[in-house]
Amino acid sequence: MSEANGNTGRVPVEKTYKLFVKGEFIRSESGRSLPVPDAVTGGVTNVARASRKDVRDAVIATKAGHHSWAGKTAYLRGQVLYRLAEVMEGRRGELVEARKGAGASAANAAREVDASIDRVIHYAGWPDKISLLVSSLNPVAGPHYNVSHPEPTGVVAVVAPDGDAPALLGLVSTVLPVIVSGNGALVLAPESDPRTAVVWSECLATSDLPGGVVNMLTGLRSELVSQVARHMEVQALDVWKSTTVDDALAKEAAVLGADNVKRVKVRDGRGKTFDQWASDDAQGLHCIEPFLELKTVWHPVGL
Amino acid sequence: MATRKQTSTRVTRQARAEQRNGKHRPTSRTGTGAQEAALVVPTGGTRGPRGYRPPKSPPIEAIALEERAASIAKRSIKKASKVEGLKLAIAMMDLTTLEGKDTPGKVVSMCRKAARPSERLDLPSCAAVCVYPNLVAVAKRALEGTTVKVASVATAFPSGQSPLAVKLIDVRRAVDFGADEIDMVIDRGAFLRGDYGKVFDEIAQTKEACGAAHLKVILETGELGTYDAIRLASDLAIEAGGDFIKTSTGKVQPAATLPVTLLMLEAIRDHVDAGGRNIGMKPAGGVRTAKQALQYLCIVKETLGDEWLDPDLFRFGASALLNDVLMQLEKERTGSYAGEDYFSKD
Repeated sequence: MSEANGNTGRVPVEKTYKLFVKGEFIRSESGRSLPVPDAVTGGVTNVARASRKDVRDAVIATKAGHHSWAGKTAYLRGQVLYRLAEVMEGRRGELVEARKGAGASAANAAREVDASIDRVIHYAGWPDKISLLVSSLNPVAGPHYNVSHPEPTGVVAVVAPDGDAPALLGLVSTVLPVIVSGNGALVLAPESDPRTAVVWSECLATSDLPGGVVNMLTGLRSELVSQVARHMEVQALDVWKSTTVDDALAKEAAVLGADNVKRVKVRDGRGKTFDQWASDDAQGLHCIEPFLELKTVWHPVGL
Repeated sequence: MATRKQTSTRVTRQARAEQRNGKHRPTSRTGTGAQEAALVVPTGGTRGPRGYRPPKSPPIEAIALEERAASIAKRSIKKASKVEGLKLAIAMMDLTTLEGKDTPGKVVSMCRKAARPSERLDLPSCAAVCVYPNLVAVAKRALEGTTVKVASVATAFPSGQSPLAVKLIDVRRAVDFGADEIDMVIDRGAFLRGDYGKVFDEIAQTKEACGAAHLKVILETGELGTYDAIRLASDLAIEAGGDFIKTSTGKVQPAATLPVTLLMLEAIRDHVDAGGRNIGMKPAGGVRTAKQALQYLCIVKETLGDEWLDPDLFRFGASALLNDVLMQLEKERTGSYAGEDYFSKD
């Protein structure tokens, strides 16, 4: 590719891989970066290495994003997520290239991107159906209606699947069920493939999703997980064990999260095959429910 | 005498024209002779029968001022010194509520917070609460037995567009209700049309009406237009007897900024250097974060020294600032970033 460019005398424009916070692509406040090997060119790309301050800024952005997103109608949220699938379809080639850069074969990369887009379409149908399935009219011994209905938990930190897990499908499978109900997501991108996370963030940025609903931080999990877990504004923690989040780190996150009464969900993504990630069992209401809060209302009968 | 008068009229006209054109310089540089230069008065001379000569304020170099303020704002204050700085900021805070919807209930809960900002941390009380005159008695009762003072805005706050007699009654009533401090507004309309005599008289008479209460003079810098005008207003307020000069009402944007505060502190410094009494400073409005508060403290220390790092000579007019400071102190105590849902809102 560089030779072809050399022939025309044109200097190619390289992408700067930045953090995605508040709907903007920003460098790390610390100015630090991380080298990531590129399997296609054999070279190295630098991505931003988020700092504690970046986490803090991203939490504030996620909170604002959650408020604006949860205030939209469920119908509109569904429309916006469908638009995300449209944008991903348009950037399909770029997503495939990004996955190849992290070592995926052309066939596997294409299969993964297709499965990811289909999964977004799946979740685009969910927003206006969640409350139909989770709400209930509860039997009570008295002249009252007792109604429970789901609300989003708030700011949810997602420590996305890493290592062997398919990076894009892993992100889509963990972030979409969080935001579908109106939560904001602060995502720690997979260390094995931060570039795909950034390219996917570009899809999010151009899909009518309000700024701050999803914030993507690339960097070292060992530095960031505990910061996210101890932050009081984060209401829930979705941790996927992987090559970069071992049992000890997952436990540390769970303990820190429990100390300030977060909802903590720790799951093991290690050894999960692509087919398992892509199967119908890996999507649906059971993925959405952990990040809902039930609100129960009492109302007198006959008024 | 005839020549004098003529010259003075000409200067006034020219300065008014400058004002219309958005130029607002304290000293006219177009004078030709020495005699004329001596007659040139800042920003358009005087109007009305008083014949008041406003103070001669030095011209302000805007870019240098902003750069200096920005450079002081870059000081790194961490760990123990940050905690000390934030505690000092709390002790300097005038916890403020100035809304049409203020109720006794809200003022009482704010007073409790001012007296004891946090139940978890060992912190000083705020310096004062700042309320409308009607709520002074409520605040006074709520703060009995504490060190927290009650400040009241007065003089037809926030616009100041009422007859002087009304403003003075406003002040006397607030003092009668028990206010320890009065935050007055200057008549910006009079200032901008060059009627400095009126501005001076109103401050002086308000000071008299205050009696033993301390007087803070709000310049509403966001409405004065230029740094030169702000400097002139500061000098004028100091000369007229204000104990404190204060940037803003909080009702106009921009409110307090670092350059404006620096420039007002310099006015105080020059006054003190010339043998005058110690004047206090109060930035108000727009100071929302703990980080900003520390920047202001740096500016005070580097302009006026340690003597001014004292609630008697420096105050923050703020409402949202306290919670951010508490969140930062909680962060220093626990190591975890705090959430705003864990602190009372009012």
